[in-house]
Amino acid sequence: MSLDLTPGAEARRQIEICNACRYCEGFCAVFPAMTRNKAFADGDLTQLANLCHNCRGCYYACQYTEPHEFALNIPAALAEVRVESWERLARPQAFARVFQTQGVAMAGLLVVALAWFFWALTLWRPETGAGFYAHLAHNTLVMIFLPAFVLPLALVALSVRDYWREVGGGRVRLAHLLRAFDQAARMKNLSGGHGEGCNFEEGDRFTHRRRIYHQLMMYGFLLCFAATASGTVMHYALGWEAPYPLLSLPKLFGVPGGLMMVAGALGLGVLKLRADPALGAARVWGGEMAFILLLGGVALTGLALYAATGTGLVGPLLATHLATVMVLFLLMPFSKMVHGFFRLAALVAEAGKGNPLRK
Amino acid sequence: MKDWPGLFDLAVVGGGNAALCAAITAAKAGASVLILEGAPRAYRGGNSRHTRNFRCMHQGPMFPLTGRYEEDEYLDDLMLVTKGKTDESLARLAIRSSEDCLPWMMDHGVRFQPSLSGTLSLSRTNAFFLGGGKALVNAYYNTAADLGIKIAYEAQVQHVHREGDRITHLEVVVAGQPLTVKARAFVLASGGFQADLDWLARAWGPAARNFLIRGTPYNRGVVLRDMLDQGAESVGDPTQCHAVAIDGRAPKYDGGIVTRLDCVPFSIVVNRDGDRFYDEGEDVWPKRYAIWGRLVAAQPDQVGYALIDSKSVDLFMPSVFPAVKADTIEGLAQEMGLDPKAVRRTVDLFNAACRPGPFHPTELDGLRTEGLKVPKTNWAWPLETPPFYGYQLRPGVTFTYLGLKVDARAQVHTPTGPIRNLWAAGEIMAGSILGQGYLAGFGMTIGTVFGRIAGKEAAAHVA
Repeated sequence: MSLDLTPGAEARRQIEICNACRYCEGFCAVFPAMTRNKAFADGDLTQLANLCHNCRGCYYACQYTEPHEFALNIPAALAEVRVESWERLARPQAFARVFQTQGVAMAGLLVVALAWFFWALTLWRPETGAGFYAHLAHNTLVMIFLPAFVLPLALVALSVRDYWREVGGGRVRLAHLLRAFDQAARMKNLSGGHGEGCNFEEGDRFTHRRRIYHQLMMYGFLLCFAATASGTVMHYALGWEAPYPLLSLPKLFGVPGGLMMVAGALGLGVLKLRADPALGAARVWGGEMAFILLLGGVALTGLALYAATGTGLVGPLLATHLATVMVLFLLMPFSKMVHGFFRLAALVAEAGKGNPLRK
Repeated sequence: MKDWPGLFDLAVVGGGNAALCAAITAAKAGASVLILEGAPRAYRGGNSRHTRNFRCMHQGPMFPLTGRYEEDEYLDDLMLVTKGKTDESLARLAIRSSEDCLPWMMDHGVRFQPSLSGTLSLSRTNAFFLGGGKALVNAYYNTAADLGIKIAYEAQVQHVHREGDRITHLEVVVAGQPLTVKARAFVLASGGFQADLDWLARAWGPAARNFLIRGTPYNRGVVLRDMLDQGAESVGDPTQCHAVAIDGRAPKYDGGIVTRLDCVPFSIVVNRDGDRFYDEGEDVWPKRYAIWGRLVAAQPDQVGYALIDSKSVDLFMPSVFPAVKADTIEGLAQEMGLDPKAVRRTVDLFNAACRPGPFHPTELDGLRTEGLKVPKTNWAWPLETPPFYGYQLRPGVTFTYLGLKVDARAQVHTPTGPIRNLWAAGEIMAGSILGQGYLAGFGMTIGTVFGRIAGKEAAAHVA
């Protein structure tokens, strides 16, 4: 493999060899999608790359991996194209280049956010208020976090729109959405095709660990999101302000969600340390690991904040928790966080194109 | 020479499908087993790593197989390709046992998938491995490791030492270091000799040096030669190999499946001199690809050139290397190193002999040429729509036929009787059943069935 090749050119070289074999058809959605083409346009490669969940089954099964002269490494080639597509479709692109790659950059931003929140907490301490609203008023929180959530989300939406154009996605029907959400909900593309999971931390052996930890993280995150949403509804619609007791929706969603995220982050981090970095986009390893730690940090500080209710630690823990959440939101378009949006878009686009093997 | 530490119940020579089936079967029966794989770890598995399916008898639908495929039909298919060159009782044994193998394979980690795109014709008869043969090999190595089987890579067996009717030990070079391996029983599953070009050249003639070897470079037949030199009974035509026409730009070794070219039925194929030499449309490609290796091998310089026009370019599976492309026949001939005038003449003659009629790429459409010395009897469409495309064809050797003769217990014989503690499985004995031709997925059937028999017999012998 020569270094002057762009990710796209190298992926195209590999996919054209791969497409003449097709032994891996049953592993995941990538290989049936590949059979639609003989020649691969840039958009085709972008779609295949974002469809790939990096389960690595095709690498370990491949007759043409190094030292064979064809030197195929489909998971890595697609990972490079995938990350490149996130960087290229992000705006501003430079932010994505920095934060996708550099865990240090993310840590740096976190330090800045931490400092800022500690400063804000002393400056804007309200006269009244219970729980953490005694430290930062509800309206102040909303004023800070609403734009920090909505603006990055709008940037992601623009990226996904560009993605849709690039891969030639068609009209979206309900059936396509249902199919895509079903696949994501079960993480079907990490099942290995045989339902025994993927190759990751144990070489060519199949395990469910990555799939389990990923779903712990994903569902944990969604539960925490539901906790925040339910809190918002209770605050505005029902006039019931925080702090909430354990037997209330925000806590019933948030506490298990937080625990699941912590477990998921620990699991994913350990697996990542044990997996072969050469089968992914090696240059963004640091950024990916930092993102896992950040998600774990959001959950851990949230749980700690709850545990510290009524103690003198609430202030510093609140600042820490809010800083991690802020960084997570701000980096949504520029970190691994964006993979969820692109992956879902790829699955919807694929559902729209139909399975070429079942025609 | 140093000894390998310890005495094993069973030493298995080779590290492909048959070797692994034998080793796993014996280990499950309680034997201590050593596998001696000649290749480094990255290339373990011999030709099995290039395979994709297993031909399997079955009385009714059985995942991933559809319909049913019974003993007599299976045997008829075998008789057709071998033209009767088979040991019928061994063939029936392989066929009957195949049904039982499928669940055994799943129990030992092999996973299957529905028949691949472009291979629907095999969905009833052949069970496709999910991920192909290397995935199967990986699964078996994991199973072997879990069973406590010792595995030595880069372990090339040079000599099988026989005393009377017993094998006493093996002389092996392990990663450059000569060693003696002692065991109470031995299974030879080290493949054919198709990667030894000198041997091929002696058997076939010097033209064999231009052949490409589709599979592993490690099947050099060292153990087979050693056994034959010691008077082991042989089977199969020593001068024959199974060769198909593949992309002439393929690597010398190990090109595997992707180097196939399915374009011939929709092409005209010319030789170095620009002349056609065989009916390209005689039958559908799955029934003809096997004879084209031989046809191309018989041409000057062992090379052929398949020429198509843009009407036909999407009618076959993608090729691993892009076709040579030109806007004119002369231009294409020039780019491929052929005489433009000669090719032009051949194409003109061919085009003039084509007749109008319906063209059906997926069936014998009877669209034939008229009046040509070498006719094309189906899919005869004139080459007239630019751009034109060309592929170079060369013979790609898949396997050789010469092997060790075995009985129904997979035991190896000398003229004075069986060798008491020696069995053989896989390509090294496949000539007993497959005397000529090839039946897709049958090599893996022979390897699995006889691997399991050899493992069972060896374990019983040492028990």
